[in-house]
Amino acid sequence: MAADPHSLVAPYALNALDDEECRAFEQHLAVCERCRNELAGLKETASSLAYGAVGPAPPPELRERILTQARSERETVTSLPQRRRQRSWTAPLAAAAAIAASVALGLGVWTATRPGNTNPFTDVVSQAGSRVIPMGDQGALAVARDGEAAIVLRVPRAPSGKTYQAWVIRDNGITSAGLFGGGGDASVVKLSRPVPRGSVIGVTVEKAGGAPQPTQQPFAATGEKT
Amino acid sequence: MTAILTTSPPPVASRDLAHLSDESLLSLVAGSDDQALAELYDRFGRLAYGLALRILRDEALAQDAVQEAFLAAWRSADRFLAERAKASTWILTLVHRRAVDLVRREDRRRGEPLDSAAEPAASETVEDEATLGFERRVVLEALAQLTPEQREALELGYYGGLSQSELSERLGLPLGTIKSRMFAGLSRLRELLVEAGLEGSYP
Repeated sequence: MAADPHSLVAPYALNALDDEECRAFEQHLAVCERCRNELAGLKETASSLAYGAVGPAPPPELRERILTQARSERETVTSLPQRRRQRSWTAPLAAAAAIAASVALGLGVWTATRPGNTNPFTDVVSQAGSRVIPMGDQGALAVARDGEAAIVLRVPRAPSGKTYQAWVIRDNGITSAGLFGGGGDASVVKLSRPVPRGSVIGVTVEKAGGAPQPTQQPFAATGEKT
Repeated sequence: MTAILTTSPPPVASRDLAHLSDESLLSLVAGSDDQALAELYDRFGRLAYGLALRILRDEALAQDAVQEAFLAAWRSADRFLAERAKASTWILTLVHRRAVDLVRREDRRRGEPLDSAAEPAASETVEDEATLGFERRVVLEALAQLTPEQREALELGYYGGLSQSELSERLGLPLGTIKSRMFAGLSRLRELLVEAGLEGSYP
């Protein structure tokens, strides 16, 4: 795609780019003030086109479905800080913000570093019924209804000869869920096995190549079971 | 204390959020305020559903798109705060994106002319009809003032969910032509909508 990236601002505002073009344009957008200014107006206009499609009202159940799901996600988000210790009333807010930041980070990092690939973290988050659970302050786990899961974690590059290893920890045993190197702004890792309900996901530092079982306490883990 | 009689299950201690701007509502949503989410849905749910239905032509899929978009707003409302956009633009963009993702995945796009899409049914709420009807008229009148080529590019792109490459293939025109029609059409539309008072500067 050798075209002038400025010319993609209108197709982008209309959401008429394919995934690859979209990523390329977003990279351009990050460094082009002119396109950002132009886009702000064109996006508003594009979304006004929605008024041209006004039709019948949605079924009333839809409102309830959305609100029920939103409340259940909020409970997940707030249970961690509340259970650890009663912190100030801002704790749930901070946890929610940390998760949202992790999601944004997962998206941003992937967009910036892996053009042409899909982002496993946002893929999971975008599935209906998926949940996001914080892993301390460093990141979060996203898990879909069917157990498909990915983590985003802000960790420095693993020391030489070492690797990060993710684990699915259950009452009846611990299994490896993938290795990764860390570094950059954050790592987005699709877990290599589905995460059953009631698991804890933890990450340890292990010898390069990984270990059959964790050799240390996880330094990052979901604060509650999935 | 006087007992309060309710005829239907009361909404959880509903506060009056009607006076808040869309943007203020979104910042409450960023703080996990579900009543603010409900209010936001009441303001934009119908518009969102109409848009999703127009793109997807399937009620169940349109509901999925709206649900996913509002939940995405719920999860990431704090990201909005950094955007130079109106809350309505942000939400409608989420809805549009979800619907287009779904239509591309399902490959449900039809070749039929777009203006055959369902006309609005009789409205259930008078208030919605009054406001949405006005805006709908303004947008349709503005669209009618574009050249047929510009209108086609915007309609097939925005309501049809076609990418610029698909459009170029379908119309047998170079990609550059599609891009410039989209740009000229959208820019002209903006002028017309600003003139009509529907759009202005973003906050």
